[in-house]
Amino acid sequence: MEEGVLDRGLRNTVDWRLIVLYLVITLFGWVNIYAAVQSAEPSSIFDLSCNCGKQAIWILGALVIAALTLFVINPYFWDTVCKPAYGIILVLLVMVIFMSNNVKGSHSWFELGPVKFQPAEVSKITTSLLLAWLMSRPNFRISNWRHALLAAAVVLVPMLVIIAESETGSALVYAGFIFVMYREGLSGWWLVMLGVAILLFVLTIRVGWWLALILLVILCVSYVLLYAGKSISLRHRRFIIRNAILGFAAGVTLILAADIFFNRVLKDYQRERIEVLLGMKEDLRGVGYNVHQSLIAIGSGGLLGKGYLQGTQTTFGFVPEQSTDFIFCTVGEEWGFVGSLLLIVMYGLLIFWIIQDSERARNASTRIYGYCVASCFFMHLAINIGMTLGLMPVIGIPLPLFSYGGSSLWAFTLLLFIFIALERQEKKYF
Amino acid sequence: MQIDNRTTKILIGLGVVLLILIGRLFYVQIINENYKVDADNNSMTRELIYPPRGVIYDRNGLLLVGNSIRYDILVTPREVKAFDTLALAEALDTTADFIRARMDYYHRYRTRIGWQTLPFLKMVPQEAYMRFAEEQFLYPGFKAQVRTMREYPFNAGGNLLGYTSEVSPEYIADHPDYKAGDYYGRTGLEAAREEDLRGKKGWHIYQRDSRGRQKDPYHGGDFDVEAEPGKDIVTTIDARLQQYGQQLMAGKKGSVVAIEPSTGEILAMISSPGIDVEVLSEFGRHYDRLRQDKNKPLYNRAVSASYPPGSIFKLVNGLVGLEDGVLQPWMQYPCYNGFVYTSSGRKLGCHSHRTPLNLEEAVMMSCNGYFCYVFKSILENPEYGNTEAAYKHWREMVMSFGFGRKLESDFPSELSGNIPSADYYNRIYRKGHWRFPTIVSLSIGQGEILTTPLQIANLAAIMANRGYYYIPHVVKASEGVEIDPKYYKRQYTLVDTLQFPKVIKGMWRAVNSFNDGATANAAYVPGLNVCGKTGTAQNPHGKDNSVFICFAPMDNPKIAVAAYVENAGFGGSWACPIASLLLEKYLRGEISENRKDLERRVVNTKLIR
Repeated sequence: MEEGVLDRGLRNTVDWRLIVLYLVITLFGWVNIYAAVQSAEPSSIFDLSCNCGKQAIWILGALVIAALTLFVINPYFWDTVCKPAYGIILVLLVMVIFMSNNVKGSHSWFELGPVKFQPAEVSKITTSLLLAWLMSRPNFRISNWRHALLAAAVVLVPMLVIIAESETGSALVYAGFIFVMYREGLSGWWLVMLGVAILLFVLTIRVGWWLALILLVILCVSYVLLYAGKSISLRHRRFIIRNAILGFAAGVTLILAADIFFNRVLKDYQRERIEVLLGMKEDLRGVGYNVHQSLIAIGSGGLLGKGYLQGTQTTFGFVPEQSTDFIFCTVGEEWGFVGSLLLIVMYGLLIFWIIQDSERARNASTRIYGYCVASCFFMHLAINIGMTLGLMPVIGIPLPLFSYGGSSLWAFTLLLFIFIALERQEKKYF
Repeated sequence: MQIDNRTTKILIGLGVVLLILIGRLFYVQIINENYKVDADNNSMTRELIYPPRGVIYDRNGLLLVGNSIRYDILVTPREVKAFDTLALAEALDTTADFIRARMDYYHRYRTRIGWQTLPFLKMVPQEAYMRFAEEQFLYPGFKAQVRTMREYPFNAGGNLLGYTSEVSPEYIADHPDYKAGDYYGRTGLEAAREEDLRGKKGWHIYQRDSRGRQKDPYHGGDFDVEAEPGKDIVTTIDARLQQYGQQLMAGKKGSVVAIEPSTGEILAMISSPGIDVEVLSEFGRHYDRLRQDKNKPLYNRAVSASYPPGSIFKLVNGLVGLEDGVLQPWMQYPCYNGFVYTSSGRKLGCHSHRTPLNLEEAVMMSCNGYFCYVFKSILENPEYGNTEAAYKHWREMVMSFGFGRKLESDFPSELSGNIPSADYYNRIYRKGHWRFPTIVSLSIGQGEILTTPLQIANLAAIMANRGYYYIPHVVKASEGVEIDPKYYKRQYTLVDTLQFPKVIKGMWRAVNSFNDGATANAAYVPGLNVCGKTGTAQNPHGKDNSVFICFAPMDNPKIAVAAYVENAGFGGSWACPIASLLLEKYLRGEISENRKDLERRVVNTKLIR
């Protein structure tokens, strides 16, 4: 535009697409929370005694946070604050284990009077900020083992603490940071290995170790044939064969460990959920109940849904946790395939535009942070919707911006708007 | 936008995951219909249609077990509006307190219940339902569902038919295809033929809106399933004969079983004291009383009681002796009031009769001494070298008559009885330290031998058939109901069929020969040519048990009967008249004039206090 490069207006510097999507998803979430908690006796959407009324307050708060992030806080602030913030949140994460009350088997909530706060939600932001800072250092090379280990530690430390809080679901989200590292140059083999590891794990506990072993042998042999055959240099061949042997050894260890892990380390309810998911156990009244009810609710929606507030499954308490983790059931039942598809597409666009903006960023730290934001959204989306559709085990994590809950909404708002602010910063001054 | 290779890959990955989610969503919402018609789906109501349970006929087409219409009153608590509690209580024959308690319960659990429909009152009789139906419009939320309840037009075979009851949570846990509210056969025929009798439930699916109001049939009724009525069962029982047998056994403890020898079909199976069919339809109400009755009416003695067979077992020993060649019909043995089997002079007693006797006379007079000689020569047969080997051979022969093992009848809770194994005696007496004198009581069907009345009746059928039997059974093949092919197969004993007439002559004389020392003259019916054998089995609890088996006519027999009466004394005294009256009734349709006195005496005698 005609204004000076150094003084571009709000209209041109902020990615409005993201803000519009943010508002649409959040408000759509709110009306669906209303539908989910609606019982036979209708109440106002602003009724503060129910989740939808409270969510209205959380949304107002979130808008304040968004405005502050966008207009008041200098984006450089995040750069300075990322290390102490990471440290403080880490301390809180550890403290919460000892100080919290037990909420459904997990120790992850601080309770201060009526206000409940889950540090694990905020930890996603601090981890992303620190990771962005670390990986954008001029001398950082991911191919350097020590650097890579440092980056991994930034992710793994909060992840392990969260596992100790028995919030396996939230911890799983951290696995998404591997995509960030892949973007920044981590070898694609790590992704392949992670995929193979999950496959071997599932096969071991679902079918038996022997099938996992057969698969492992086939994979190792085909790897050698495929790559060693092509290569002419003897040294490279040796390298390939060494990799195959190492991979095989690691695979065997994993198969052995999977059995022990599954039977010893996992808690009973977690093991049951996995068993139900893998079809090893039919348990429609117990653990499988949630998923069964969820599928009925979604399935009964059909193409166009039953219409807003016309749902019968979600309205009468058949789906548990329906305003939080299972909110997608309400969408499926009342808005049908068309509405659900629209919601998924909106999330898809949000993630796509975040990635697009990240790629446009000049600053490596903005790009890396953007990828972190995209990964968090992606992991939550895939796990949450996958869970309601019976593709994932039931691990309670919210649908970002959509599920009821202040901690989660504010955390995702902050996560997203820091990115928007960082991005704006670049457009403003470069 | 600079898209390098990795970004493209990441975006493709994102797209793939989103497509998986969308694909799954498409499958769940559009393709798969199961989730829409699932029983837990609250947007549909399922109206269950219970099939009528199959009815049970006797062999002549007489209805033994029928169905009467009853109604379950169902309630959908969410649809209930304020109503007159007293009026409803009056219509349904219940109390206002009961209704109030139910309504309170529904209110307390209203969130859990949601729009579900629950049973309110079960098995309401027709009259109450009619009263309710007239004013049903006053009670929105209440409706009735047709059920059937067992009805017994003919008092015959209470123990045999068994009873039905509502499934318990434990039963559902073991049988997932049953749901709460279903009925199933608990005992007797109802249990044995449950699969045929139960039928298949059907349902109609209706849509409802978010306020729970019922709307049109879902998909025009395409997903509705019609109920499939249970299959009717035709039993081999002759209801009139069964009823007559129950009259004869009234006031006596024991069992009578009648078999058609040419088919193995059980004509009557009486266990006394038994249960009247009246208690069957509401069994739960009578259960405690029947259970505590010291005469154990719930216990089906015909298949579940084990008794020593007594002298009728001499037939088996005689046949085995003939088959082994150690006995010939002309062989005579002396008997002076018993058989001395140890050098110290221990004696197995016998009644007074002329001596010596041949085989035919020994059967007729039921001489104990004679059959001790027979059993001695079986066990001391030089062909087998030692007692144990000979005993094993004997046991194998005996078991081929259906003793000491289950007959595999189609009736539940059949016991196997007991023919002690050689190992058993090895354990008791040490190997090589037991011989014929040790187990002499087996000669006359005493000692460790135990048999069920069904097995004894089967022996009568074997005698009637001269050497084979069909596995006794109570269900006939009929339209849609198959029976196991094994019931059509002749089961031969290990004794040659040619040996049987030699023993049967004795059985004929036992009944038809007068002033000759015969034991079973009470069974004589002019012109029927009854063949029989009495038995008197020691009972440690009081008087001896009275046993009798018979068949008639002698050639081409139509019926074989076994009667076992506990604590009734000598076999000829009670078991013999009872079995022969039953036999006469079956063959002649009525009792001949000169036997009416006998009949009266049997019917009016009470042997249990």
